[in-house]
Amino acid sequence: MAAEHADAVWVTESQKYSLAELVALSGLPEAELRELVEYGALRPANPEAASWVFSGQCVLSVRAAQRIRGSFELEPQSLALVVSLLERIRELEARLGQVYAQQPRKAR
Amino acid sequence: MKYKDYYQILGVAHSATAEDIKKAYRKLAHMYHPDVSKDPAGEEKFKEVAEAYETLQSPDKRAAYDQLGAHRPGEDFRPPPDWEQQHGGAQFSFDDLDLADLFAGLATERQRAGHGAGQLRMPGQDFEATARISLEQAYHGTDVELQLSMPEADAQGRLHRVPRTLRVRIPKGATDGQRLHLRGQGGKGLNGGRDGDLWLRIALHPHPLFRVSGHDLYVDLPLAPWEAVLGTTVELPTLAGPVHLKVPANTQAGRQMRLAKRGLPRPDGSEGDLYALVQIVVPATTGEHERQLYEQLATGSTFNPRARFGKEMNSGS
Repeated sequence: MAAEHADAVWVTESQKYSLAELVALSGLPEAELRELVEYGALRPANPEAASWVFSGQCVLSVRAAQRIRGSFELEPQSLALVVSLLERIRELEARLGQVYAQQPRKAR
Repeated sequence: MKYKDYYQILGVAHSATAEDIKKAYRKLAHMYHPDVSKDPAGEEKFKEVAEAYETLQSPDKRAAYDQLGAHRPGEDFRPPPDWEQQHGGAQFSFDDLDLADLFAGLATERQRAGHGAGQLRMPGQDFEATARISLEQAYHGTDVELQLSMPEADAQGRLHRVPRTLRVRIPKGATDGQRLHLRGQGGKGLNGGRDGDLWLRIALHPHPLFRVSGHDLYVDLPLAPWEAVLGTTVELPTLAGPVHLKVPANTQAGRQMRLAKRGLPRPDGSEGDLYALVQIVVPATTGEHERQLYEQLATGSTFNPRARFGKEMNSGS
């Protein structure tokens, strides 16, 4: 079977997504995404603007939120709390990874 | 079609109530849900658990599942002859069908029956996969071949699990944990529904020399005591090939020497940095001549590496 070739796009902090794109990519309804923003679990890059834009990391967060909501049947406030804590864990793991990388290995 | 014992997967009896099933599922979801679990095998286990729950939580699907009869897990079986007619009238091709697809097909048939045959527009399923690549592949960009198995409907709307080989170009810019988004490369949509997406997570194999943090790299730079004192020029490996690094005189252990733009390329075209971490190492054994030289140094030097001890202790009292 011949391999199909697919083009790929990096999901990065600098890449910007609209609220409508977040809805399409996550499957979460817009009202629930607005609640996540209201509870501080999801941070638009321009919170004061009329049309919010979000980073690539937000796309990954809301996709995880959608999976978690479906699996654990969480109501919006609990979901916001879980998403905030997962984001904190992600940041701490990145920091831990940096500290680990900076530790010299035992000389042989 | 291979049989799966959904009751056994959830750890409940055949007589379990809907509440028992939900409770068992939630307990297992806490343990294995890939977004909250650190178990490396969690994702695969959770897929099984979710599939079992998806069927057993619905009274209709559970009744249909129970009518398949009791089989050993993994055993090849076919549903009873009148099973299809009893459960929505779907025409299944059982040979290349997974049990999960059988029940997904059942749900689709019911929705169709409610909306008029062939009218229901359904988006394709999103897929998540992991590509494990080396640091060198991340640095240069690479092609990977993914073997995926996706449920697809044929012209008659019958579901089949179809093997797909997808060649994906991983451009420069990768690092550990980074995601690639491939629009329309997930499961096929039905009746004009959009195709699902593929989300590819990059996992870097550990490298024997370089450690990775974001797009920065760290490498140990071992120096002999005299190299650290007198200064030297060393050949340092980088992903683009060796470079000459000037180590100044009196370089301390633990110092980080930054080589700008020698790390991993970022998606925006900039580059991370490479840090050489100075270590001062001594020989495991010392010959007689070397030992004499060290003794001369010990006698002649006024250097006190622990001068700070006395100072700090006195200032603290």
